[in-house]
Amino acid sequence: MQQHRKLRLAFFDFTCCEGCQLVFLSQEDALLELASHVDIVNFREASSRREDEYDVAFIEGSISTQDDIARVRDIRQRACTLIAFGACATTGGVNKLKNRRPMEEHLRAVCGEMEHYPNTIPAMAVHEVVTCDYLLHGCPIDPRELRRLFLCLVTGRTFRQQNVPVCFECRLRENVCLYHKQIPCLGPVTRAGCGAICPRFGRGCYGCFGPKESPNTVYLRRVWEQNGVAPDEVSRAFLGFNAWAEPFRAEGEGRGA
Amino acid sequence: MPGLSHFARKVKAVEHKTLRIRVDALARVEGEGGIELHVRDGRVLDHRFRIFEPPRFFEAFLLGRSYTEVPDITARICGICPVAYQMSSVLALERALGVEVDEPVRVLRRLMYCGEWIESHALHVLFLHAPDFLRLADAFGIARLYPDMFRKGLELKKAGNDLVSLIGGREVHPVNMKVGGFHRMIAQAELDTLKERLKRARDHALDLVAWVSGFSFPDFSRDYEFVALCHPTEYPMAEGEVTSSLGLTLKSDEVEDIFVEEQVDHSHALHASIAGREGYVVGPLARFNLNHERLSPLARQAVQDAKLDAPCTNPFRSIVVRAVEILQACDDALTILEGRGLRGEALLPDIQVRAGRGSACTEAPRGLLHHRYELDEAGLVRAARIMPPTSQNQRSIESDLLHLVEASADLGEERLTWLCEQAVRNYDPCISCATHSLRPGTPRVDGWRRNDHSSPR
Repeated sequence: MQQHRKLRLAFFDFTCCEGCQLVFLSQEDALLELASHVDIVNFREASSRREDEYDVAFIEGSISTQDDIARVRDIRQRACTLIAFGACATTGGVNKLKNRRPMEEHLRAVCGEMEHYPNTIPAMAVHEVVTCDYLLHGCPIDPRELRRLFLCLVTGRTFRQQNVPVCFECRLRENVCLYHKQIPCLGPVTRAGCGAICPRFGRGCYGCFGPKESPNTVYLRRVWEQNGVAPDEVSRAFLGFNAWAEPFRAEGEGRGA
Repeated sequence: MPGLSHFARKVKAVEHKTLRIRVDALARVEGEGGIELHVRDGRVLDHRFRIFEPPRFFEAFLLGRSYTEVPDITARICGICPVAYQMSSVLALERALGVEVDEPVRVLRRLMYCGEWIESHALHVLFLHAPDFLRLADAFGIARLYPDMFRKGLELKKAGNDLVSLIGGREVHPVNMKVGGFHRMIAQAELDTLKERLKRARDHALDLVAWVSGFSFPDFSRDYEFVALCHPTEYPMAEGEVTSSLGLTLKSDEVEDIFVEEQVDHSHALHASIAGREGYVVGPLARFNLNHERLSPLARQAVQDAKLDAPCTNPFRSIVVRAVEILQACDDALTILEGRGLRGEALLPDIQVRAGRGSACTEAPRGLLHHRYELDEAGLVRAARIMPPTSQNQRSIESDLLHLVEASADLGEERLTWLCEQAVRNYDPCISCATHSLRPGTPRVDGWRRNDHSSPR
């Protein structure tokens, strides 16, 4: 019988806070168990080991330099499966906020007149540059979803991130709906997965998992405005940690369909 | 004769002993940076700690945001120390708005900060730094060779994470902190569930101090200027005055008058210095040297057993200090849980939105973190300034590399490269933090021209 080879994993980071890789390292109880089923051959944040032959590449962070583009293309060529994880990788995350002005103007405004501007281009999500096999949304990602993804990888199943709204999880946790308390909440238009953390702490969801499938942002805006939230404030709420996910961006820029 | 001149050139080439050390992407640090050293005949010609993670412009896109959104946005500067960013933000904004918080809020915040110190330090000691001393590639090697210590370390880290999660909702980018307090105060009964775990963590921390103090440390020390918060009664976290070992005591709103930041061409993070002086050091070593008398009795005993003398000027020993600070944070958290500070109802203040300016410094696990904000009448951010610990340590990191290489140039390239990487990790650099922004109005160094145009501030 052929010897079963362990799946070779590599983790890479681009422009980000590295919090999503930390979510992986923070599963203290499961870490060694997870690591025993795979071979982690490249994980700069946690190891000096560097090998360029891997089956699965995990990518955290946005693409925001010319060099990044070449690097991520190279990773794509080597990996059978490429996974963008965390909002910076899946939607451009908080890094996209800098794209709200033309880069030239932005650099000049922030850095002044300089001979060499820092090496940066408008931030892009990973799938804007290369094809991604899976996206794992969230700012930061949720450890339970990461474990589920791991299980799918190791057992060769297809992974699908859930696409129901936060309200779904909120109900399961038997929270009182925040709209009963006149607290504005992005839960109805945001993808579930976090376990409805914010409503549990008595504050409205701020959309860190990005939009769910076909969200009714227009109606949500109307409800917020009827509850006395200023239009500007509604826009800012959409332009948060997934500002460039199209439904949020459209509503945030006042062109919601 | 052409042959002769060829010979002469060859002799000349042999005469100079050149050594180049180049590490493109440092492993086991947070963010993307590298080192570059050029040594000829034992003399260092060039020594750079390069930071090339692209700037993220946080201070630019904070403009126009409401004060209520700031702590959530600044948390995203760093995945390892989001609580530090939230803490400095809310304290600075509370000053700008003239808000005072109740004692239970203050105590709960300190408890949460303890959690982050434990979690962040445990990560660095166990996963990022200890492998250097044991000549291992990573913590999975520690798990193989020292399974018992590894398990204890993980349990420690988990205790820290659980503390942050319980108060903040999750360990990375917690959601509960806000200007004026917390969205939901946590009941004493809920917090008590962590007591037993923290007691075990405290025991593990004692073992960790003993374990790391047994490592062998390169014989290296320098005259540093240490900068940290000092508080009359507590080991400093979120309160106290900015103090330097060379004599300087500042309030947070005076910091920017004394500390200068400038751009250099090999780093996307600003270099900080005290006007007219060399670089300075922030972080565990600085806190310990300036505040060791205010450690808890248990931590003081551990310091003695570890034969750690204050002031400690060997940066390689920072790993021991970090372990001591884990112990201190566990002890501190338990004292809070057993004390009276959390009792009683916290009345969250009514916030009157107004124009104002406020600043605050707190001790992030990696060192002093300064925030300043200016708000307009609607409570929108008109100016923001953030000075993270790693940008303040860059100068010292580079000087350490210089002195280290001069003292040990005969070690050979491979060993020296390892030692230089280890020397950078002494500072637990957080490069994502350091490159959160570039800022206008910084003087020209190495070919970056001064900005004399309009600025968004």
